[in-house]
Amino acid sequence: MALLDVDELAVTFARRGQRTVHAVDGVSFSVDAGEVTGLVGESGCGKSVTSLAIMGLLPAGKGVRVQGKAAFDGTDLLQLDPRAMRDVRGRDVAMIFQDPLSSLNPVVPIGVQVTEVLVRHRGMRGEAARLEAEHLLDRVGIPDPTRRLKEYPHQLSGGMRQRALIAMAVACQPRLLIADEPTTALDVTIQAQILELLKDLVRESGTALVMITHDLGVVAGMCDTINVLYGGRVVETARRRPLFAAPRHPYTVGLLGSIPRLDAGHGQRLRPIPGSVRDLLPWPDGCAFAPRCARQVDACLGTAPQLLREPDGHAFRCVNPPETDHTGEAAGE
Amino acid sequence: MSDLLSPGRKKAKLDRLAELSAAHDDERGVSLWQEAFRRLRRNPAAIVGTVILGVFLLVALVGPFLVPYDPAAQLWKDEIREAQAFYPGPRAENWFGVDHLGRDEFSRMIVGARQTLLVGVVATLIGLTVGTLIGGLAGAAAGLGGRWGRWVDTVLMRIVDMLLALPSLLLAISIAALLGASLTTVMIAVGMVSVPIFARLLRGSMLAQSNSDYVLAATSLGVRRSKVALTHILPNSLAPVIVQSTLTLATAIIEVAALSFLGLGNPDASIPEWGVMLADAQRYLDAAPRLAILPALGIIITALGFTLLGEAMREALDPKLRK
Amino acid sequence: MFRFIVRRLLQLVPTLFGLSLLLFIWLHRLPGGPESAILGERGTPEMRAAIRRNLGLDEPILIQYGRFMKRLLQFDLGTSISTKREVTTEFLQRFPGTVELTAAAMLIAIGVGIPLGYLAARRRGTLLDHGSVAGSLIGICVPVFFLAYVLKAIFAVNLGWFPSSGRQDPRIDATRVTNFFVLDGLLTREWDASLNALWHLVLPGLALASIPLAIIVRITRASVLEVLGEDFVRTAQAKGLTGRVIRRRHVLRNAMLPVATSIGLLTGGLLSGAVLTETVFAFGGIGAFVADAISQRDYPVLQGFILIIALVYVLVNLLVDISYTFIDPRVRVR
Repeated sequence: MALLDVDELAVTFARRGQRTVHAVDGVSFSVDAGEVTGLVGESGCGKSVTSLAIMGLLPAGKGVRVQGKAAFDGTDLLQLDPRAMRDVRGRDVAMIFQDPLSSLNPVVPIGVQVTEVLVRHRGMRGEAARLEAEHLLDRVGIPDPTRRLKEYPHQLSGGMRQRALIAMAVACQPRLLIADEPTTALDVTIQAQILELLKDLVRESGTALVMITHDLGVVAGMCDTINVLYGGRVVETARRRPLFAAPRHPYTVGLLGSIPRLDAGHGQRLRPIPGSVRDLLPWPDGCAFAPRCARQVDACLGTAPQLLREPDGHAFRCVNPPETDHTGEAAGE
Repeated sequence: MSDLLSPGRKKAKLDRLAELSAAHDDERGVSLWQEAFRRLRRNPAAIVGTVILGVFLLVALVGPFLVPYDPAAQLWKDEIREAQAFYPGPRAENWFGVDHLGRDEFSRMIVGARQTLLVGVVATLIGLTVGTLIGGLAGAAAGLGGRWGRWVDTVLMRIVDMLLALPSLLLAISIAALLGASLTTVMIAVGMVSVPIFARLLRGSMLAQSNSDYVLAATSLGVRRSKVALTHILPNSLAPVIVQSTLTLATAIIEVAALSFLGLGNPDASIPEWGVMLADAQRYLDAAPRLAILPALGIIITALGFTLLGEAMREALDPKLRK
Repeated sequence: MFRFIVRRLLQLVPTLFGLSLLLFIWLHRLPGGPESAILGERGTPEMRAAIRRNLGLDEPILIQYGRFMKRLLQFDLGTSISTKREVTTEFLQRFPGTVELTAAAMLIAIGVGIPLGYLAARRRGTLLDHGSVAGSLIGICVPVFFLAYVLKAIFAVNLGWFPSSGRQDPRIDATRVTNFFVLDGLLTREWDASLNALWHLVLPGLALASIPLAIIVRITRASVLEVLGEDFVRTAQAKGLTGRVIRRRHVLRNAMLPVATSIGLLTGGLLSGAVLTETVFAFGGIGAFVADAISQRDYPVLQGFILIIALVYVLVNLLVDISYTFIDPRVRVR
């Protein structure tokens, strides 16, 4: 059984006087223990909202509605009462966010921000907690951890801050770690280090990792399974190799095709996906990607395509998928 | 590079820059003002504030032409029985009753509205003019003037600091005591109190914008610094100044009342003004509380109206809240 | 840190210097001059000249200024025209009363304001929230002296629950130690004296507290709302921390920063308001004394008062600035 099984998760935001926003419109994917699963998509595709919904961190308000199921080890997280969910967070499921500086409390020392997790979930106190915090900082690669414990976030570099946040996340050895664009706000060289760190931790402790990103390069280097999101729905799910070798959704093809290549000829133009994320058809009216898709046919409009699952596990949501000849190239653009 | 551009092309480039920065994240090119106005229309506080102010302005501007009696005429002096603390109350002849000198309270309230408005507006204008001049100069000097400019800025701000060394009422008292009790005194005193606020406001705005990218772009294109200051920075500083003026009006009216209470207001009580009326009425709180309550309510409601509107405008014009 | 304090104190000097200069000019530009204040409209030219010579007013202005400054530095603020006693003495005697009143008002404002502002922010959109916002708006718009009168009329004169004037019932023959009546009672174990003094502080304290209370509620509410939307609060929630920990360590510690700053500024408002409130309640503090001085044109008193208030206000704000470096680690001078 999968560690995390998300089934038809939907999140809508309704505001007075404005149209309801379907941020997440029926997302389903699963995460196996010890594996790295990717959630890929452009900004606005709903990947962050999905993770926040799973964690129960969406702002509680009148206009926010969450539907569907998110089964963690059999328990539906979305049905848990707030108290129980608070116990799960930080202990069984942890999350790290995009901007390390704003994600840290500026007026509290780093050490306290680490030990508070230990105090809360592992019942540690005083010296024991401090030592463990030091050990954690060391584990995530922060030099001179003893001194860092007393320092404040603004005294650390961007990379170190993210490491500290990772330390806080893994402090209780959660079985699932969700990383929402953890490297987007960092320098490229630091990015690589952080990703290596995450890979290390995952391998060492068997934690499952959900990697949310828009960067296919990150995905290629880390993820075992990849889910591509568009318009609030999963449009393609595949293991790493098949996805990059033979993508079955035109959006994925477009994403892969838009990556600048070192071996491209001199003067060769970049190939972006035409249109923009605003050219979105609501799913009930047809395939959301249709307005931007070169492979659009009549069947694409009117009803939303269903998710087709092939025997090897590769799934895609398209009625006119690019044909593959299994030599690694998708024909017909 | 800027030398290579003809004036015509320079201007075209500048206009294009302004266009781009304005159209930055808009879908339909909605200006700050249009959006603010739309937001204001839906804000209940703004609506209440506007209604209050509308009524107040109407009363203040038109009312005096329609009052039944001369506010200074002590027509009913004979009906007062001071020993028994009797002052004729509200009745058909005098809707708000008669005041301690035998004058019609209703007429006094109406004319008082105009006087109060006048005092508030003039005081605010004084503060606004002096404050924005100092602050604007300081900010422009600091942002665009180099080392000499920063020195000018420091000096000007030190002067402002001296004004701030005293809490507002005490500053007003000092000025008023110095100049002698009169209407003009009160207006100047209350006006000076708000100078530091406007000065700081405009200076901050000028400084922040001097460092912004579009100003950098404009100056690097060779546009003269004074032109930059006038045509780009100043209009963008307008919004907070308007908001602050509204809020200052509210506090000005209250401070005038306080000064009158302390005896520094216009000694000529023939021209009614709510602050003076309130101060005078304190002695008759037992006998005729309405003489105090009426002007007090006038002051409170009017100040409330300005504050509501001002706060609503501040929220509406806050660029951070733009979608 | 020490250097920081010294630097800030030094920055005060030009401001205070400029202020004293202004005061000097002020005193000498008064219509009719100080001799008018003493003599009024009467007085022959000879009498006026005599007084001028007496006060040293016919000497070159620079010398006058020098003498003025010299006296200032010796804490000699002149003599009150109305009471004929030294201004400094009068102040020292009445200052404790104003301090007690101001402290009481500040305590009420903070003690009620911060929790109310916090609750309003947490329960956004509820009746409590809207009520607090409306209440604070009204609180700012009501003239303090009017509120003082209303409170006195209703609770003291009509209902008789509280005394309507004074700092203490003169029938309680209390022993004076520091002139802080509440404190004195505690020091001499005359509990009834303390209690009585406290009772006298309630109404004026409430009146005086109205504006700071309103402002603190607004600032706290706005600050808490802003902090609640910050990313690090989300991180704290993601860690599964309890509501109490999040509130204490993450929300409040950050939300209180702007509130702390405004307290310094509010002190100035309190001092102003004290003048008005003390008058209404015949409270024997500096405020009432100064109000009288205003109506009697007792300029030495006014001058001394202005100087003292400026000093106090500036010092308080300096204290707030310094304490800010302790509260906010980002500001700390390394």
